[in-house]
Amino acid sequence: MALRLFWIQFHRELVSVARSKEEALNPLLFMFLAISLFALATGGDPKTLQTFAPTIIWVLVLLANMLSLEGLFRRDYEDGTLEQLVLLAEPGFVPVLAKIAAQWCFSGLAMTLLAPVAGLILFLPSTILPTLMITLILGTPALSLLGAVGAALTVGLRRGGVLLAILVLPLYVPILIFGVSAIMQQGNGITTDAQIYWLMAITMISITIAPLLVHAALRISVEQ
Amino acid sequence: MSDSLLTTVDLRCERDGRTLFADLQIKLGRGECLVVVGPNGSGKSTLLRCVAGLFPDYEGAVEITRALYLGHKLGINLLLTARENLHWYEGLTGQASLVSEVLERVGMAGYEHVVCQRLSAGQQRRVGLARLLICNASMWLLDEPLTALDEAGQGLVTGLISDHLATGGGVFCATHQPLAVAVTQTLELGGRQ
Repeated sequence: MALRLFWIQFHRELVSVARSKEEALNPLLFMFLAISLFALATGGDPKTLQTFAPTIIWVLVLLANMLSLEGLFRRDYEDGTLEQLVLLAEPGFVPVLAKIAAQWCFSGLAMTLLAPVAGLILFLPSTILPTLMITLILGTPALSLLGAVGAALTVGLRRGGVLLAILVLPLYVPILIFGVSAIMQQGNGITTDAQIYWLMAITMISITIAPLLVHAALRISVEQ
Repeated sequence: MSDSLLTTVDLRCERDGRTLFADLQIKLGRGECLVVVGPNGSGKSTLLRCVAGLFPDYEGAVEITRALYLGHKLGINLLLTARENLHWYEGLTGQASLVSEVLERVGMAGYEHVVCQRLSAGQQRRVGLARLLICNASMWLLDEPLTALDEAGQGLVTGLISDHLATGGGVFCATHQPLAVAVTQTLELGGRQ
């Protein structure tokens, strides 16, 4: 029953995205535009770019993810399907989790798959690319999950963009730190197990708690 | 088992410093239809949202069975087709029904695969109304169900309501237009108080 609810919601999200492709592509486009700007601004100096590549990629993944989160519940809020979801879905966190999962596919997952390209633009040595991808695939689910809490709280506001950033960015900081430091250490030939475990732990905690929090936040947002 | 589908005790709601309603006692049993009327801004929608559980800022008690809420927002995703919307709704309510039959009943046969964005306001409304046929809730909370509908559409709504009442359901409806069904109770809000 709950599984069926998950798939129905997940399928619905994918169909919606397929019908509004530009919305889904915007965050990815933003990420790659910004990365090419960094490459241009440093004059294509490999040494500088290489040093900052992990930071640049992770920060941009973070910002691009937030960009796509802003619209996560917006449409549903406006057309009233969110009301129906809050009133009828049992258990309510299941469709919420499905929505976040679908959002992650088009942000975190897509960015992870495209990360090697970003890494090559920024002259990141190819030996480090696997670590970059591992940190991204372990860290980005937490970004989507934690960000969804902020998105659910701000969906009822006309311009919740800045508030969303203020709410969510502090929660993103640990993920950012562990993600970047893992790649840096890999570059210096030091083992990265600790950071990887931390990223996994954060994602596990987020996936346990965030759907419930999001559901509660959505209820508050539609109750007016 | 109590026969009452909806009971409110001393329901009171204030919004922006105005008392919309106070000491409201509603008791609605099977097969009964309560119509709430009143000028714009008299609190009809707020009352319905209170009862539906979408507006927590009230005093008093509400007791309600599983209800279906059809509000001003249609509750359909405009990027999806009528069929996809209803399929999603089925999943949400845990019901299984024949979506094509439901759409035919609301006069949307032949539009199953059209993205709702391309439908007219009245047609979108009809897709929203199809939810009434899918959800098996015994209590219907309808906020202006006749909006944007043509004569046939209005006939459709009254037909659906009559059928629902005949099978022992309850209807709580806010409306400006007279409803051509056997109305058991009428509640007037606002105005001359």
